[in-house]
Amino acid sequence: MNSSILSLLIFIPVFGALSMLIVSVLSNKEIIPKQNKDIYKYIALITTGIQLLLAIILYMKFDPTLSVIESPFTVQLDWIPSFNIQYYIGVDGLSMPMIILAALLSFLCILISWNVEKHVLGYFSLFLLLDAGMMGVFMSLDFFLFYVFWEVMLLPMYFLIGMWGGPQRHYAAIKFFLYTLFGSVFMLLGMLALYFYAPGGNSFNLIHLITQAPQIDASLWGFDMRLLIWFALFIGFAIKVPVFPFHTWLPLAHVEAPTAISVILAGVLLKMGTYGFLRISYPLLPEEAASFSFMMALLGVINIIWGALNAIAQIDLKKMIAYSSVSHMGYVLLGMSGIVGGEAVGAEAGMNGAVMQMFNHGTITAMLFTLVGVLYDQAHHRWIVYPMDYKDPELAGKLGFGGLASKMPIFNGFIVLAFFAGLGLPALSGFISEAMCFIGGFGSFRVLTMIGTLGILFNAIYFLRAYQKVFQGPFNEKYSDLKDMSMRDLGIIIPLAFLTLLFGVYPQPLLEIVRHSMTKIILLVQPYI
Amino acid sequence: MEFLSNINSITSYLPELMMVLTILCVFIMEAIPKYRPYTFLASCIGLISSGILLSLSSSSTDLLFEGMLINDSFSIYFKWLILLSTFSIILVSKDDNSVVSEVKGEYYGMLLIITLGMFAMVSAKNLLMIYLSIEMVSIPSYIIAGISKNNKESNEASLKYVIYGSFASGIMLFGLSLLYGVSGSLDIGLVASKVISFESSAAIYMAILFILVGFGYKISMVPFHYWTPDVYQGAPITVTAFLSVAPKAAGFAILIRFFYTLFIDNVEILQWPQLIAVLAALTMTVGNVLALDQSNIKRLLAYSSISHVGYMLVAFSVVSLDSIVSIMFYMFFYLFMNLSAFYMAIYMSNKYNAKTIDQWNGIGIKVPVLSFFMVLSLASLAGLPPTSGFVAKVYILRNLFADNGFLWLGVVAIINTVISLYYYFKIVKAMYFMNNDELELKECCPLLFWSIVIFSLQNIIFYIYWPKLIETLNFIVLNTGLV
Repeated sequence: MNSSILSLLIFIPVFGALSMLIVSVLSNKEIIPKQNKDIYKYIALITTGIQLLLAIILYMKFDPTLSVIESPFTVQLDWIPSFNIQYYIGVDGLSMPMIILAALLSFLCILISWNVEKHVLGYFSLFLLLDAGMMGVFMSLDFFLFYVFWEVMLLPMYFLIGMWGGPQRHYAAIKFFLYTLFGSVFMLLGMLALYFYAPGGNSFNLIHLITQAPQIDASLWGFDMRLLIWFALFIGFAIKVPVFPFHTWLPLAHVEAPTAISVILAGVLLKMGTYGFLRISYPLLPEEAASFSFMMALLGVINIIWGALNAIAQIDLKKMIAYSSVSHMGYVLLGMSGIVGGEAVGAEAGMNGAVMQMFNHGTITAMLFTLVGVLYDQAHHRWIVYPMDYKDPELAGKLGFGGLASKMPIFNGFIVLAFFAGLGLPALSGFISEAMCFIGGFGSFRVLTMIGTLGILFNAIYFLRAYQKVFQGPFNEKYSDLKDMSMRDLGIIIPLAFLTLLFGVYPQPLLEIVRHSMTKIILLVQPYI
Repeated sequence: MEFLSNINSITSYLPELMMVLTILCVFIMEAIPKYRPYTFLASCIGLISSGILLSLSSSSTDLLFEGMLINDSFSIYFKWLILLSTFSIILVSKDDNSVVSEVKGEYYGMLLIITLGMFAMVSAKNLLMIYLSIEMVSIPSYIIAGISKNNKESNEASLKYVIYGSFASGIMLFGLSLLYGVSGSLDIGLVASKVISFESSAAIYMAILFILVGFGYKISMVPFHYWTPDVYQGAPITVTAFLSVAPKAAGFAILIRFFYTLFIDNVEILQWPQLIAVLAALTMTVGNVLALDQSNIKRLLAYSSISHVGYMLVAFSVVSLDSIVSIMFYMFFYLFMNLSAFYMAIYMSNKYNAKTIDQWNGIGIKVPVLSFFMVLSLASLAGLPPTSGFVAKVYILRNLFADNGFLWLGVVAIINTVISLYYYFKIVKAMYFMNNDELELKECCPLLFWSIVIFSLQNIIFYIYWPKLIETLNFIVLNTGLV
């Protein structure tokens, strides 16, 4: 059981997708009675449900003090011996929160997409493939395997945005695809360089490379080879995060994608970028990680400020939340740069804060996108203020909503929670992790971090302003037939809200998982400060 | 390595003789109206028996016909690729209507002659034989490109092909005669020994350039690619599919054999890998960039095939056994992904009369199974994991790292991969994202359907035989004595 649980987590969605195809073929050939389209939704729900259960079991059995090599869950099999590629998957304190997050959000996203009516089979089978890819990325300990899973997600994502998205979906889908592929091909070059230049035999094994990669001694075009590898990997991961200036694909993709896909994009896919830094760039190239931590901090602060300023300028709720993701991912980068802090406490706070911020941002942004989706489904628009060139000149420049709090009290309650979590109010999970990221950053780069704290202020501006314009003030009679949240919506939001509150007042369980793995990375990098 | 006399050579030459017999049969049957419907059957049986003979023939390093040809495992591998593509094209052509049925028999016969020519091409060991075999491939190619007599585009394609082809082969012949003048011999083994000691590298360099014109035209390498888009667009679509794979495989085989026999020991002096590296970068980039704006599907696939030649040339720019293996590996999967994409285009052109990408709108929803496989082929052409196209590209890039030579070429190659994604997914976009409510479902004939499915499936199920294939290729290359 122990050794197969990780493989099950990856391949259960694949089985789910296959069984959907089988059901569809059988019912087309009328071997089994003609099925309602809902059968696919139930298959997807059951599949992701089992996956979530397995993830919880994994969490129960997980011992954070063990390294991946000692862990009973690790599986190491030969895949392509001639190329020395292994099927090598494992779990440690870095991947554990991400696995839980991915499993939880996948399950909830099936619920969020319950209203999908167009090509149901396609939507849910692609979604499950995406799910399998995400799980694979967070478990792979072989770079080649990691790369394959990383890329496997692109194709389903392309179709999910392009077929089920908003008005500009075609452009958004191809832009997302090209941007991410551009990044990942550079990652591919970095990967091959590691494979060929690392001493001790050609290998994609990430654990093996931890000891070998720092010994790479080669140069190309007058640059150190490790430096080039660092940059190649950096482009790959930075586009995914997305780090300024590579972030322009994000607002478009997030806004055009259907709600559930926005949740997955912001909640899980963005984390893969920072996960890649922590899993690959930092342990394998600690010297470069140390010397480029100023760049990381700088980019992090730019992300925080730039994302927040952009969010302030938005009049579309979903676009505002998309830019808030750019800002929030900046905290992760700032926290990661804290690894070069002179005092161990600062470095630990920064690194732990980064991983916790990855998890917490996942839950908070999922809440935000879901709630906006609930509103959009009923109102069919999500303007905070109608744009000046709106097609209906009567509405141009007017408030989109107004006074919804009185009409939708439960919805209002949750959106207050989500907005406050987003702006980092104490006692909510966002605060803890953001504070830890700042502590980490402050230990190494004081001035930058001080500028970065301005982000909190900007975050407050756009969240509070949006709240004010949409939920307070005089009630807009046009929306008198809006209904409050349904039971399904509550079922989606409550687990997320619970986690936000729990890790806001008691972050210990999360910290406990993350801490040991982060200490190991810090020990690898510290000698190079 | 021995020179076998003409009589002794015949036992190693049975597959080709079978092919000759089939060609004669097909043309005779074509002439007699009663037997005309059976030309398809005859060519299939001929190809299958030729395949059986090929599998029975053992490889050796002996030179056949007094040193004209060689039947080593390298040539046998390429013969298999050529046989496979010809066979599947003939199967697909049966129900195809781009070649009118009155000339189907001639068309099969011409395909078989080209196949015979390519068999000679991949095993040629003599300068004259090289020239003869290339002409033997080219002349019937001109004919089948223009086989739709009443179609102006097809005539245009044929004419352009003739003019360009004869010009290129003329220049190549000049290059070959330079080599003959330098060495006094036609056997490339003997030429090689003379070339090493020859003092003036200018003559050799001229010969290399001129010969590259001929080979480059055959594999449509930039800057000798200008015929490709026009001919591909004008020729009947089955011919285009055939031309995009088989002659390229043969062209690469002869390119590898020629350069690795003649110019391997003086690489340092002649520096031809540098030349190839630049040409590879140009070929990839020109192919991909010009494909971006194409709306005609045949033209788009033509430019895409140019860019794939560029990827293979990337490997050719590194002199090593591994790079030959990676070209052979790439060619293997290029055959499957390109042919399956073309077969889908054949289906679309036959049933929906679709010439441009717009006419593919909405097909993904209407014909889900075939469209799924088309997406698989396109993903593989674009080199997305986990398809074979990706693994093949990794093998290509691997050479650059192993040799530490042209790493800049690696950067060019991967940026080209990103560019290529755009135009391949233009097709996917039309298939899935665009709606066309007027589209009716039209059945695909079973031969074509299964060709698409089986060929396209190779792009994902190759994991089963990937290690085995690499092992075989390594064995072939090690035992051919190329390096």
